[in-house]
Amino acid sequence: MTSGPDIPLGLYVHWPYCARICPYCDFNVYRDRDRDTAPLLDAMLADLQAWRERVGPRPLRSVHFGGGTPSLMAPGQIEAILEAAASLCGFEPGAEIGLEANPAEMERFEGLAGAGIERLSLGVQALDDESLTRLGRDHGARRALEALERAQALFTRVSIDLIYARQGQSLEDWSAELTRALGFGLDHLSLYQLTIEPGTAFARKVARGQLVPAEDDLAAQMYELTQSLTAAHGLDGYEVSNHARTQADRSAHNTLYWTGADWIGIGPGAHSRYGAPALGGRIGAAAERRPEAYIAGIAEGQAQTFEALSALEDAQERVLMGLRLKEGLDLDRLRALTGHGIDRRAAEGFAEDGLVTLDAGRVTLTPAGRLYADGIAAALAPA
Amino acid sequence: MSIDPKYIRNFSIVAHIDHGKSTLADRLIQVTGGLTEREMKEQVLDNMDLERERGITIKAQTVRLSYTAKDGETYALNLIDTPGHVDFAYEVSRSLYACEGALLVVDAAQGVEAQTLANVYQAIDVNLEIVPVLNKIDLPAAEPNRVKEQIEDVIGIEAHDAIEISAKTGFGIEDVLEAIVTRLPPPVSGDPDAPLKALLVDSWYDPYLGVICLVRIIEGTLRKGQRVRLMGASASYNVDGVGVFTPAKTETDTLGPGEIGFLNASIKQVRDARVGDTITEERRPTDSMLPGFKPAIPVVFCGLFPVDAADFEDLRDAVERLALNDASFSFEMETSAALGFGFRCGFLGLLHLEVIRERLEREYDVDLITTAPSVIYKMQMMDGSEVDLHNPADMPDPVKIESIAEPWIKATILVPDEYLGGVLKLCEDRRGIQRELTYAGTRAMLVYELPLNEVVFDFYDRLKSVTKGYASFDYQFIDHRVGDLVKMSILVNDEPVDALSMIVHRSRAEMRGRGMCERLKDLIPRHMFKIPIQAAIGGRVIARETLSAMRKDVTAKCYGGDATRKRKLLDKQKAGKKKMRQFGKVEIPQEAFLAALKMDQD
Repeated sequence: MTSGPDIPLGLYVHWPYCARICPYCDFNVYRDRDRDTAPLLDAMLADLQAWRERVGPRPLRSVHFGGGTPSLMAPGQIEAILEAAASLCGFEPGAEIGLEANPAEMERFEGLAGAGIERLSLGVQALDDESLTRLGRDHGARRALEALERAQALFTRVSIDLIYARQGQSLEDWSAELTRALGFGLDHLSLYQLTIEPGTAFARKVARGQLVPAEDDLAAQMYELTQSLTAAHGLDGYEVSNHARTQADRSAHNTLYWTGADWIGIGPGAHSRYGAPALGGRIGAAAERRPEAYIAGIAEGQAQTFEALSALEDAQERVLMGLRLKEGLDLDRLRALTGHGIDRRAAEGFAEDGLVTLDAGRVTLTPAGRLYADGIAAALAPA
Repeated sequence: MSIDPKYIRNFSIVAHIDHGKSTLADRLIQVTGGLTEREMKEQVLDNMDLERERGITIKAQTVRLSYTAKDGETYALNLIDTPGHVDFAYEVSRSLYACEGALLVVDAAQGVEAQTLANVYQAIDVNLEIVPVLNKIDLPAAEPNRVKEQIEDVIGIEAHDAIEISAKTGFGIEDVLEAIVTRLPPPVSGDPDAPLKALLVDSWYDPYLGVICLVRIIEGTLRKGQRVRLMGASASYNVDGVGVFTPAKTETDTLGPGEIGFLNASIKQVRDARVGDTITEERRPTDSMLPGFKPAIPVVFCGLFPVDAADFEDLRDAVERLALNDASFSFEMETSAALGFGFRCGFLGLLHLEVIRERLEREYDVDLITTAPSVIYKMQMMDGSEVDLHNPADMPDPVKIESIAEPWIKATILVPDEYLGGVLKLCEDRRGIQRELTYAGTRAMLVYELPLNEVVFDFYDRLKSVTKGYASFDYQFIDHRVGDLVKMSILVNDEPVDALSMIVHRSRAEMRGRGMCERLKDLIPRHMFKIPIQAAIGGRVIARETLSAMRKDVTAKCYGGDATRKRKLLDKQKAGKKKMRQFGKVEIPQEAFLAALKMDQD
């Protein structure tokens, strides 16, 4: 099965190990504990080979190393994957090669750059020690800033992640912190509201009353402040939580997710999507979550579980993901690829309330609508 | 052929819920060999799931027991099981009319309850011989002597020779059977050759045979193949089958004077075979109908709408099928601006409403929105005409109405005296007028006149909660009385929701309105905008609440691995939405409609 030539393809690489598990994180992660990671790397390379056979000869627009903590990977391991990707798939001109890094591993950055990483997204999370301790991070603020400086010297493109609406944080605190961050001369920022995910240490703390998440009202004000401050500094909120100076500064890889392009994933728990109903069907895949099961599954050819998405399911995903983008959802493309449209009447209702704009062939969230992105997307998604 | 009336005993069992009526019936069937141990199911007579769950009998059933008494003779004992709830008082009265005697079963620990009183008075009214039976005599808390005194003091019947039994263990069952033979009179021996005169005691729908009628022969003989006439309905049928239940259905081909049994005659609908009608021969009719026939009159009305408007045809189908088997339930199509197509349904009472609603949801799998229950108001119009109002949404312009009268009931409440204060307050709050307050031991008996519209919403629930479940309650209608009644509308986001409008007494309107607005504020989920919720009489707002807007609803992180999760969440939300109805821009959950009416939570 092949997709149309105009649909880009990305590769996601999931490295599931972390030096420590952050209390807010609900990703598929495991403690590192100096284990032998060679079998995992071999399995991932074999997985990539299998993907190449499924999707055919298509160059990659992006490779993204996520996790977990992929900055714990040895440069040789990164190189091995990038070399395999180059020889199996090849790269589009100007392809994005990105990696999520932890400031604690700044000594390894040089190796990462040498292995071929050009974009680094640095998990700074907060700019003061007390907040970082509360977030369970293994680095202080000074270390984070040093890591940032080093990253900016080594990589073509650097982004940082910050977490706000933290316990006890006031609107003024966040305003000051964000203003400081905007002074670092970055062209990309990912600014996330703290979300209490079920099953995390934070969720248990909330249940015990030891952690009180920010009130909705304050969280909403912080969101609005975030949009206006970043805009004032020339950083465009191109997605709900992502801000970039120019089109070229956006995360090319993440854009694949929001625009419903194709992506293949290797590593434990990685997800994939490719194809479209109008092009013979869209397939979803999820890899075994536990590293041991993934490695064993690769040996038996069963590491990935496939699911054929119906046209309706695909359309729903495209609406849920696409509305998050500043440009909104291309309705003609949605119709062409899936045969489905959005709930027109709901859209008109939201338009009247100033939550969406409905132009020829496109529905877009207004700044006010962004605060209700989930509810609006759910209402607009075809049923 | 037919049995000599001298060897027939027709009886029913009068008891409060939980006092052991069904268990006793099972024992009687078991001891007389009507069913083998293997065939014996728990509580044979209550054969609908819902009845078993609630412990109440809705449709009367009957069984013929064959019993060889100590005098050596074999008797046919016909047990007619009666519905145990006030909503079915008319059905009870017809069942009792078909008997000569009744067993009054009283829990030896709990004593007489209000419902027992109502039913036993009905039995006394039709001159039945009553044999008191004290059940659960094996319980440590049993106080047979105290309860015997109570029966004598409160009901006024001799109880020193009450039979002490335990239906659970089987103790005393033989004594009960002997008492039925020796203490209850046989039916009056009618002339078997006279023109047929039989009472239609009950009817129900059988998918294979059509309607089955339970009948008591007064005089004449009912035969298979006979052409019979239902005098009240003015319709004739050929009798296809005649027989009795033992409890297995057994064809006997004839039934003579004094006997109770069934007939089937290809009658299509239960409403063609009304309880209380007189059955006679087509060619040789009896000269007069039996007294007391009255068609079922619904007293409580509400709208039933499908939660999903697309399910209307399913609802229609379910309602029509239910009506096949329940002549007392009426329905007609109704259109609501907000809820679309549905049915305005009439019920004998609140329990009947609940039972029908639950059966529709459970047996026919239709999710329903139930609108505020209403009673029948009689409106005297300015132009001199009189109009019955069943639905608050149909209320005409008040300037055209001279007066509105509402139905009142006489309620009898028995309550342990420690809860008396709470019950008095409840009755006073509901505009009650106290008529009697007497004591029977440590229990107070209260008689109140109450407007029915104050009772239909949540009176039972409130009574239960203020008395921790120790009160018992019964009522009967008295009359319609003119009152200062107004229509209260509920506006959600400035749009009137007709399904929530109701007729209230002006003195209660503000409190009710405030309660409704407060409840709705909790029941309606927050939206992306703030929602005013108002109660209004005419154009005047009497209560108001504001449901504040949700401030944000957005996931911070959403990447490739989240697509599946987001979509699954969407499926869940869409399923939840099916239980909501849209009013303008506001979605109101199904359960809000009835829940909003239940108030006075303080």
